[in-house]
Amino acid sequence: MNLKWIRGGSSAGLALLGLLLLTFMIGRVMPLDPVLAIVGPDADRATYEQVYQQLGLDRPLWVQFGRYLGDLAQGDLGGSLLTGLPVTQDLARVLPATLELATLAILLGALLGVPLGVWAASHHKRWPDHVARVLGLVGHSTPIFWFGMMGLLVFYAWLGWAGGIGRIGLGFEGAVPRVSGLMLVDTLLAGDTAAFRSALRHLLLPACVLGLHSMAYLSRMTRSFMLAQLTQEYITTARVKGLSRRQVVWGHAFLNIRVQLLTILALAYGGLLEGAVLVETVFGWPGFGSYLTGSLLLGDMNAVMGSVLVIGLLFVALNLTADALYRVFDPRARS
Amino acid sequence: MSTSTLSAAPTGAWQAWCADAAATARKLLANPLTAIGVAVIAVLVAVALFAPWIATHDPLRQDLFAALQPPGAAHWFGTDEFGRDVFSRLVHGTRITLFIVTLVTVVVGPLGMAVGVVSGYFGGKVDTLCMRVADVFLSFPSLVLALAFVAALGPGLDHAVLAIALTAWPPIARLARAEAMTLRQADFIVSAQLQGASHLRVLWRHLAPLCLPSVLVRLTMNMASVVLTAAGLGFLGLGAQPPLPEWGSMISEGRRYMLDSWWTVAAPGAAILAVSMAFNLLGDGLNDALDPRQSS
Repeated sequence: MNLKWIRGGSSAGLALLGLLLLTFMIGRVMPLDPVLAIVGPDADRATYEQVYQQLGLDRPLWVQFGRYLGDLAQGDLGGSLLTGLPVTQDLARVLPATLELATLAILLGALLGVPLGVWAASHHKRWPDHVARVLGLVGHSTPIFWFGMMGLLVFYAWLGWAGGIGRIGLGFEGAVPRVSGLMLVDTLLAGDTAAFRSALRHLLLPACVLGLHSMAYLSRMTRSFMLAQLTQEYITTARVKGLSRRQVVWGHAFLNIRVQLLTILALAYGGLLEGAVLVETVFGWPGFGSYLTGSLLLGDMNAVMGSVLVIGLLFVALNLTADALYRVFDPRARS
Repeated sequence: MSTSTLSAAPTGAWQAWCADAAATARKLLANPLTAIGVAVIAVLVAVALFAPWIATHDPLRQDLFAALQPPGAAHWFGTDEFGRDVFSRLVHGTRITLFIVTLVTVVVGPLGMAVGVVSGYFGGKVDTLCMRVADVFLSFPSLVLALAFVAALGPGLDHAVLAIALTAWPPIARLARAEAMTLRQADFIVSAQLQGASHLRVLWRHLAPLCLPSVLVRLTMNMASVVLTAAGLGFLGLGAQPPLPEWGSMISEGRRYMLDSWWTVAAPGAAILAVSMAFNLLGDGLNDALDPRQSS
């Protein structure tokens, strides 16, 4: 078993190194001149050369990569041209907003998607199954940014239920001290219920929009896991014993797919990071996605590569977690 | 080939293939949901082919006096902020969508298949190398990686296609590899090798055709996500550039006027949804029709 863990760890380490190499290479191929971005178009030749050397761009590629790794080891992702702050500091500011959004989204997705999948599987090839299939298909095929805009149009502009753009109402901006970076937690810690309500109103719509995709994915996976269980003999035995349908489905079959579901949940959470880029743009959500796209459009290389790298790391960490959960909780994978 | 394909026993490989394809097509269309998907894709292709004749207006002609008009008899889906006809832009946008989907598939299919089959057939170091590279690509969410590539290459339709293709091949390679691995020890492969067939011949004539069905299914489902990713890149301003009537960038342009002029956003989004769903439906149907475990 130890060998397996070591092998898994070393392959993850290799993937990590490849990931760093890839972000580094993409950063170097970028046609935007990083020197020009600092000195401006009016700088003379000597200034240009000086900055060029300061950035180490005159050294061989592998030396540059080594320096890149060395900086990374010290937690240095370079400075952002846009904000003038270190990228790590920027990311620490924006990531909580994304995590808050993604966490609520995965909760909503799981609370709707898992029961939907179970319901579909226990009514295989009857109308609940078809309803779940169509819902899953729509969720899977909807352009998420468009869905968000339609949500804004209906629930914000027409019905006035949702909070609109941003994380909190304009009147509450800066009213609550930043502790965790999670708006719901911070407003509660400050004991400001009006601000909490405003934050919740702003959070719910983007979270629902983002959750749609994971709902579709989770219901689809749950359905196929459940179908695999429901055809097995212990289910027949349970039925013959006279257990109610509910006990058979939830008390027997569902208990056996918990481990698979946990791993899928970790993967779905990783998928949300992708949707967050688009949803945050639509909702003006000051999170990681807005930061990434904003710095992308301005050619702020350090910020782009820093955020891509952090997302890659999060993604790999989630995949490893999924793997580890499976090994720890599934007795069949333990031997 | 002149003999009837209806005869019970096929007389050649080509005829057997034809009969097989016909049976698959019948099975596909028997499923109403798949038939809907096929119909939508057929409409998409037809509209793209005959776009200039179907469009009621020039998709690029501006008419500022007719800006942001609601849907009506003159403009079926209304007009955008420059007075351009949304319906005509949608119609011409089908060409861009099809262009992206086709190009990505043509690049990703053979590339993923080649890497996967070679990796699975030879195993060992080749396999390790190929799969490590694939792992690196898989360790990013695909849209984020595509964004990084577009950042490096610069925005534009061609670069968006390239970026999507670069992120889309690893799952195909994984799949082809898994199929090749289960087949490489099979008796018919060994006998082909013993007869002196070269590696290339075994790969091309014996392994690749057997991996094709599952790769095709995966590619079709992949088309749905290509449509979504391309639209997402267009929406972020990194894909097709204005004034091209790409659906994602149409949504992005209509965004500022959305609260009063919902049609500038609703129509292109619905088109993306319909096409993406159609590819998903077809993929699902192909999966059922081509999977030998499910046929009774």
